[in-house]
Amino acid sequence: MPSLRWISRFMSVLLCLLFWHLAASHHWNLGLVTFANVPTPLAVIEAAVNLLDSGRLMQHLSASLGRVFAGYLAAVVMGVGLGVWIGRSRWAEDVLLPPLEVLRPIPAVAWIPLAILMFPSSELSMVFITFTGALFPILLNTVHGVEGVDPRLIASARSLGARKGSILLEVILPGAAPSIITGLAIGMGTSWFCLVTAEMISGQFGIGYYTWESYTIQNYPDIVVGMLLIGLLGMGSSLLIKRLGLILTPWHRPRGKA
Amino acid sequence: MKMNESPGGRIGVRGVSITLGEGQAAFEAVQGLDCQIESGQFVCILGPSGCGKSTVLGALAGHLQPAAGSLQVDGAAVQGPSPQRGMVFQQHTLFPWRTVRENVAFGLKMSGVGKAERLAAADEMLALVGLEGFAGHWPHQLSGGMQQRVEIARVLINRPRLLLMDEPFGALDALTRMKMQELLLDIWTRIRTTVVFVTHDIDEALFLADRILVMSSRPGRFIEDLRLDFPRPRSTGLLTSAPFSRLKRHCLELLHHEDGRQLPRLNPLGLPNDHDGLRLAL
Repeated sequence: MPSLRWISRFMSVLLCLLFWHLAASHHWNLGLVTFANVPTPLAVIEAAVNLLDSGRLMQHLSASLGRVFAGYLAAVVMGVGLGVWIGRSRWAEDVLLPPLEVLRPIPAVAWIPLAILMFPSSELSMVFITFTGALFPILLNTVHGVEGVDPRLIASARSLGARKGSILLEVILPGAAPSIITGLAIGMGTSWFCLVTAEMISGQFGIGYYTWESYTIQNYPDIVVGMLLIGLLGMGSSLLIKRLGLILTPWHRPRGKA
Repeated sequence: MKMNESPGGRIGVRGVSITLGEGQAAFEAVQGLDCQIESGQFVCILGPSGCGKSTVLGALAGHLQPAAGSLQVDGAAVQGPSPQRGMVFQQHTLFPWRTVRENVAFGLKMSGVGKAERLAAADEMLALVGLEGFAGHWPHQLSGGMQQRVEIARVLINRPRLLLMDEPFGALDALTRMKMQELLLDIWTRIRTTVVFVTHDIDEALFLADRILVMSSRPGRFIEDLRLDFPRPRSTGLLTSAPFSRLKRHCLELLHHEDGRQLPRLNPLGLPNDHDGLRLAL
């Protein structure tokens, strides 16, 4: 019963909200964590309404969306390109993968000073940081997908007259597509994940900037508004990528629980 | 239609040895092979598991390089894979992201034939293997036997001089396998091409072939060259006839003569699950 499942999903969110409300309004102290300074859901809604009324939401949104998508797009081009190359060539794997593996664990925050020094504008530094977030999931899933393509399919394609270019387009890319799409969806999420970090550099606009700014001026309800906005936008864009992926790979139907 | 014109497909194998594996693990899969196969002949290579019969097929397809000797088709040395030498694997290699029709049309797409023309040709090919109604399906929606029929259609659309088949019906149930053997012979009477068919099933080899090359255990050598003159078209009644049984006994003795060592199966791309080897081969 799908409708029943939707009811339970909705109830779950509602219960979380109820818990939040009770904990915040009664200033629960659970020993390890305390809700003494956490704003209540109502205060957060009020802050959200204020943000809407101020007319600055769109400015914040468009600034953030622009940065995330620019960084993401660059990560897609580079991640898929390098991933296919590394997956196909042992030389590329030996030469490119070790430095990339060293760069991979470096968190976005650690990139801030260098990003500021390396790029001419703060806008580009921010794009770079969202790029680092998206690059590695896309790259690694692409490598994984390309290496997982059945060598018999490639052999068959060659026996049917396919040359290098056609093998890439007709066999390698579609064969790796499900894995690449998984990487794209994860990368979309991590790109948003790095947004606050990136927009610590920002001067005036962006959801991440808004969140960080609210923290520095101790405007706690606004922080939660910013957090929720990032969560929702990240979730929405990941879902969008997954939907696009399903449309692009009509032959591939992962057998899930549903 | 130029279907019955002699399409070539003479094979010359001279002193061919093939080495698989690298460094310490390298071994000779087949050794000193010699044979001539006439154009349009249906030849089965029969041998125990792991004897290197699939390796020979891989070399004929151009996926493996002989370490010694020469492999020629119609007088020209085999160099790399070619649509002139079509290959059918034991497990189908249809592209999951292409419909059945597009899979069959793939070879023509690679040779630059226009879309409408190649799709029409694919439908014709599908009719030949009895799958008219399945052109729009995805490969995974078909049964194992149907997948192999699509695979055969996809190879034959290139009008190859050689049809190389590596235990193509080995994964099918007995009944389906029998039907596929009859279908293959039926297709072969219409599209004459040289067939090299690898199997370890004596009945299959005797039922299909004009000629059987029996291979020894590893390193594989040809130990018998049997000419079969059972009349064609052949039907399943042949399987119980006296001359069939006599030849079957002969083959059984040949294969039993070999010690019973069980060797891992080889495949036309080299060693199973060996990524290094495969990367080299590709």
